[in-house]
Amino acid sequence: MQELDRAGMGSVRVTRKGNNVVVLEKDLATEQMVLAMGPQHPSTHGVLKLECLTDGEVITEAVPYLGYLHRCFEKCCENVDYPAVVPYTDRLDYLAGMNSEFAYAIAVEKLLDVEIPRRVEFIRVIVAELNRIASHLVAIGTYGIDLGAFTPFLFCFRDREIILSLLEWASGARMLYNYIWVGGLAYDIPSDFNRRVKEFVDYFRPKTVELYKLLTENEIFVKRTRGIGIMPADVAINYGWSGPMLRGSGVKWDLRRNDPYSVYPELDFAVPVPDGKTSDVGDCLSRHLVRALEMEESLKIIEQCIDKMPSAEGFNPRSAVPKRVRPKAGEVYGRAENPRGELGFYIQSDGKSTKPLRCKARSSCFVNLSAMKDLSKGQLIPDLVAIIGSIDIVLGEVDR
Amino acid sequence: MEEGKVLSQSIQQSAAAYVIIHDKFGEAISAFDANETMPFFEVVDTALWPEIALFMRDHAKLQFNYMACLSGVDYQAEDKVGIVCNIESLGQCHHKIAVKVKCARQGGSIPSVACVWHTANWHEREAYDMFGMLFTGHPDMRRILCPDDWEGYPLLKDYKVQESYHGIKVPY
Repeated sequence: MQELDRAGMGSVRVTRKGNNVVVLEKDLATEQMVLAMGPQHPSTHGVLKLECLTDGEVITEAVPYLGYLHRCFEKCCENVDYPAVVPYTDRLDYLAGMNSEFAYAIAVEKLLDVEIPRRVEFIRVIVAELNRIASHLVAIGTYGIDLGAFTPFLFCFRDREIILSLLEWASGARMLYNYIWVGGLAYDIPSDFNRRVKEFVDYFRPKTVELYKLLTENEIFVKRTRGIGIMPADVAINYGWSGPMLRGSGVKWDLRRNDPYSVYPELDFAVPVPDGKTSDVGDCLSRHLVRALEMEESLKIIEQCIDKMPSAEGFNPRSAVPKRVRPKAGEVYGRAENPRGELGFYIQSDGKSTKPLRCKARSSCFVNLSAMKDLSKGQLIPDLVAIIGSIDIVLGEVDR
Repeated sequence: MEEGKVLSQSIQQSAAAYVIIHDKFGEAISAFDANETMPFFEVVDTALWPEIALFMRDHAKLQFNYMACLSGVDYQAEDKVGIVCNIESLGQCHHKIAVKVKCARQGGSIPSVACVWHTANWHEREAYDMFGMLFTGHPDMRRILCPDDWEGYPLLKDYKVQESYHGIKVPY
């Protein structure tokens, strides 16, 4: 048995034994074949098309085709007032609407110079972190499905349902919230909200351990992900990766810590990066681990926010919401740490209009996906599924 | 820069980085705009943009290794289109700066920096798709979000949507 140099593989039939690619037959008569994966394919997590050039089982090149879900978000923004953009941001990353709204609010507030009430900040962080957990649950659950583990998916969706109910209670919607407004919130949280969130935290903490064991200690899952799709740290930075993807490559970079916003500087939480013992740094398993460990940190953040939150007495969630949002002339690039990485908004204001002159969404999935060509080169077709799953794309945000 | 104005720490860092770039390239880049929300400079000699980018990435005191965002912009009043790049340093240095590059609105082109930051590859394709400026030296200059045979560049301020696309009525 012989291990192969993956780059220059020609006509061979291979299989994987452990972490090695093993040749079964050599010098087979093969020819390059184009394999179209998607746009309707369960493991592309939406309408992404990958055109794979394959040589036997080995992918020589995979070219992503996007735009199937393009809704001209940026053109829409130029035609509506600043506050009216918020519902559109929900539809970018529809699995983490709160986080998208948060990023947009931060960007516009930088231009406006408004003082946000402290209670608003804490509520924003709580709902954003709840949404982060919900989003990671979908990422982890569907990743399990991609690799043949069905049970974690059911567990994840069971627990995600509780979060969605909580967010629905606060905002009135399950996924597309329109809750975090420029300068404040749509509503205050219900009076019993914090107690219910605390109950959820106590309920969910043991479940994270259970979920962790179900996947990370599952031999099949580990064999499918460990050592697959390795991305070195410097290349990851050059590709503009952010969020769990970048941290999976061992770079301790979290905007909540490195470019702090809201009340995150007051909160105590860790930024998990893989230690190289349970996974090879930069592989699919590392990225999965980072997500799994991050949920625990989000729980910590939520608990601290509940304890530190000022009381609701005399509180008006819309007290700082401007009657008419007309920022001073200028530009801003505001961003926040989303479940999938850095979501940034580049906003240009001419100082006269109540509509943004330009509003560009820098999507984390879009940027993370752009490394697909490098990641997939020389991989086996089943490993490609593992790689796409580990990127955790939401096509609503990729195509905008 | 205006004298006597107290600048916040992050803008001071950006200004220090600008001085290093300005020492090397002089008149090829514009004066530093130290505004509060997004300090930037503009590349005047656009042909030097990839060289400036490479210098910014590799200089030991700059190390701008991370391109956060590249946005296309339509400067209709100046009859130009351009890009705004938000670049920063991850690791030892913690500074960020924005760079603007502009070109003619009709048939203009900007040199590509996809070889300096891989992430610029798709961002530049998106800017081309939406604004129509070409990026010379780009490895794969195709549209990315719109179909290949789409007419016009949607984010231009005077864009008129086409009547029909393959027999499908477009405006509604």
